[in-house]
Amino acid sequence: MSEAVPVPEAHADVEHHAAHHHGPPTSFIRKYIFSIDHKVIGIQYLLLALFSVFVGLIMSVLMRMNLTWPDHKWPLLGSLFKVGAPGGQMSPEFYLSLVTMHGTIMVFFVLTTAPQGGFGNYFLPIQIGAEDMAFPVLNMLSFWITFVGLVVLVSAIFVEGSAAFSVSINPNSAIAKWVAKYLEGGGSGTVGPIGGWTGYPTLSALGKIAGPGQGAGVTLWITSIAIFCVASLLGALNFITTLLNMRTRGMALMRMPLTCWSWFTTAILALLSFPVLLAGGILLLLDRHAGTSFFIPGGLVVSDKLLTSHAGGSPILWQHLFWFFGHPEVYIAILPGMGATSHILSTFARKPIFGYRAMVFAMFAIGLLGFFVWGHHMFISGMSPYSGMAFSVLTLSIGVPSAIKTFNWLGTLWGARIRFTVPMLFAIGFVSLFVAGGITGLVLGQTSLDLSMHDTYFVLGHFHLVMGVAAIFGMFAGMYFWFPKMFGRMMNQTLGYIHFWPTFIGVYAIFIPMHVMGLVGMPRRYASFAEYQFLTKTHPLVMLVTIAAIITAFTQLIFLFNFFWSIFKGPKASDNPWEATTLEWTTTTPPPHDNFGGKLPTVYRGAYEFAVPDAPDDYVMQTTPDATEANVAADGDGHTGQGSTGNGHDGHH
Amino acid sequence: MGRVFGALLWLITILTVWMFVSKKWWLPPAITEHGPAYDRQFLVTIIIVGIAFAGAQIALGYMLWRYGARRDSSRGIYSHGNNRVEMLCTAVTAVVFITMALFGQRVWAQLHFHEAPPGSAQVHVVAQQFQWNFQYPGADNIFGRTDPAKIKDAELNFVGLDDADPAAKDDQVVTTLVMPAGRDVELTMTSKDVTHDIWVPELRFKQDVVPGMNIKVHFKPVKTGRFELACAELCGQLHYKMKSYLIVLPEADYDALLRLPQAQFQARITELNKQPLGLPGEQY
Repeated sequence: MSEAVPVPEAHADVEHHAAHHHGPPTSFIRKYIFSIDHKVIGIQYLLLALFSVFVGLIMSVLMRMNLTWPDHKWPLLGSLFKVGAPGGQMSPEFYLSLVTMHGTIMVFFVLTTAPQGGFGNYFLPIQIGAEDMAFPVLNMLSFWITFVGLVVLVSAIFVEGSAAFSVSINPNSAIAKWVAKYLEGGGSGTVGPIGGWTGYPTLSALGKIAGPGQGAGVTLWITSIAIFCVASLLGALNFITTLLNMRTRGMALMRMPLTCWSWFTTAILALLSFPVLLAGGILLLLDRHAGTSFFIPGGLVVSDKLLTSHAGGSPILWQHLFWFFGHPEVYIAILPGMGATSHILSTFARKPIFGYRAMVFAMFAIGLLGFFVWGHHMFISGMSPYSGMAFSVLTLSIGVPSAIKTFNWLGTLWGARIRFTVPMLFAIGFVSLFVAGGITGLVLGQTSLDLSMHDTYFVLGHFHLVMGVAAIFGMFAGMYFWFPKMFGRMMNQTLGYIHFWPTFIGVYAIFIPMHVMGLVGMPRRYASFAEYQFLTKTHPLVMLVTIAAIITAFTQLIFLFNFFWSIFKGPKASDNPWEATTLEWTTTTPPPHDNFGGKLPTVYRGAYEFAVPDAPDDYVMQTTPDATEANVAADGDGHTGQGSTGNGHDGHH
Repeated sequence: MGRVFGALLWLITILTVWMFVSKKWWLPPAITEHGPAYDRQFLVTIIIVGIAFAGAQIALGYMLWRYGARRDSSRGIYSHGNNRVEMLCTAVTAVVFITMALFGQRVWAQLHFHEAPPGSAQVHVVAQQFQWNFQYPGADNIFGRTDPAKIKDAELNFVGLDDADPAAKDDQVVTTLVMPAGRDVELTMTSKDVTHDIWVPELRFKQDVVPGMNIKVHFKPVKTGRFELACAELCGQLHYKMKSYLIVLPEADYDALLRLPQAQFQARITELNKQPLGLPGEQY
């Protein structure tokens, strides 16, 4: 962030561009905190995700420790969480609150923020040749609302357990009492909500009567998600408008980098799915606090007390609302990773992307089909078995565009001159993990097979590989790739390699064994497996997974160190250190406040022109004019008069 | 580095395939009529999935091995794709996946698309935080009336049986699920409080038990034995302890059990629960 001080030209231009330009802010607050510069906001999102991912990671290690050594006492844990882990031994509700918070933090504040809000914010405007987002203030609001959502979520950890609360605030202080009163007492003796990230009612709707971890923590958890929905909506609107309206001269849709297509598709998914979750969240809050019964049926007897205050609701309604959001959310998490992977694979394969059009269509097909398959999370929920069948067939058909993407990644590598940079390793890792994780969807997507596999560790292995780890590999690839542009310095390559290899092997060692645990029948969200003899044979695997998880988690510290060290001490990066073709590499490193120094680039060709015969280098920038070649009829949406090579001509070679 | 990475991918592929093929960790033996069909469908699917997985990883490894080693300054192939290959791959995948999706409905349809045959053994399931209650109709084969208002755990009336109903007099409510082998069993399931899920791996069956709904399911156990029964839907603090047992008896024993008066019924269940877990002779 060694960003430029205002240059005199910028001042001179202020009047002239007053309608469209905002000069670089000078105050610290406007520059780094409440900034409306998409680049700063992108970095803010990335830092928020970085904080969140380490919190989520620590939680996962704690969970593994509890599952593997259930009787061991961890003194440090005991002193940190007097109620959650008395004497250093985790209570089942502490474990479940870790399950809930790990899932919520990872899905919302890592997988949704970093790929889209982080990299998308920073690079979408630059890659299409715009000076900023269409609505810079909205962009700032979107980030800060997300930030508030995270604060509310984290506070949910502390309101439930009075002892945990006391770590930060003296429980007898006036503010603690006020907060406790406001949140109906809190202090139910756990360290957060324990409904899982899916928060199924009636468990999540009944309140404290349903047991520990169902009090104020759940209220804050829902509130946090509702806040997050609003932020994502604002972001999605901004992305769509920017991409449709602010592309520079010559940047036809079919010349855009695949990253832009992925952010665009993701934004559409977010725009259509988050409002549904927002509605669901509000209904759930009303059920909890306003006496409504959207999700609570009549005649319930909870903790041996007949509830007369509710009647007529349906717990399954929530599942429909939740998964109508929840399934597109999976693609919100993974699509930007697909975009980044395509982009980086092509760059370091030194080859055009194989089947550009097919990649774009596949992405849209995945996004579209993603809206019609939410019921595959609900085969055994009590939903009609006939709808289950329809959802099942649609689900397996998503495998087709996913397979197209895989073919095309392999096709891109075919005949390549691969450069094994760190971002390339992570992009290749993404392909491997995406296949490994995605393909078991063919098992889970069948109604018949879900009868046994539902809610077992098979599901955990499946979605962690595909939407968790693969998506995170996409982020790592993006981070190593774009870091020089963002911070003006290179990340250390050796540390990058040391980070990659154990992480890649580690995630396989963690998540493949989970599949076979699922075959044996291991149910997810269990605080302990000691009760069940049929799980005895999985114990060696439980141990293996935990050891792999601990090693993998510690490996991430290498990344953390590399990240912060390189910001200040890394070798200075040139404008185009990777010899890449897209617009972000045509501007200075790091880019100036208005991205291109007041002179917007003109685009002459598609995004992946590598290995062009007879060209002086093995790559041709999108901005390189092409005087010699006769103008080929314009491709894409056709409103470009410039000559074009590349994308849109698949299959003509 | 390409060769190292390629070889690593192949090694990971081999180890992953081994985890499944070794069958050290596999589905437990099936005890229902639809079990073998389920296992067949699972096997076919996992083989197709395995081939696709291994194929993709091996191909990826090959690309890295083959195209990662070049040190000369020549350029890669200037190609933007190949529509014919693209179409072919898409068509093949679509056919395989959709076929698999259709075959994947058979067991489901067999279980869910028709009513339980007449004469099925009937059990009512009432789940609650963290206990399973199974209600049997008794000698009269008629379930007594229940009423949520009459539920009183302290008085051991877990399902709210209404004493005023004569049919309720001989109903039995226990925490163990007992079924006959060789006869269809219909479960009518509801929950008192939150959503639970009945899960016995050997049954190849799972169903959410939802408050406010009476969900009817049926299947046919064909092998006797005693098995662990778990809750598979997060239901609160002690979810992991919401355990019970499924006992599948020979048909005659089951009928005899249902005719027993209450005290002896309980004693018989206690006795049955002393047998080891698993199929006879195949304990786990």
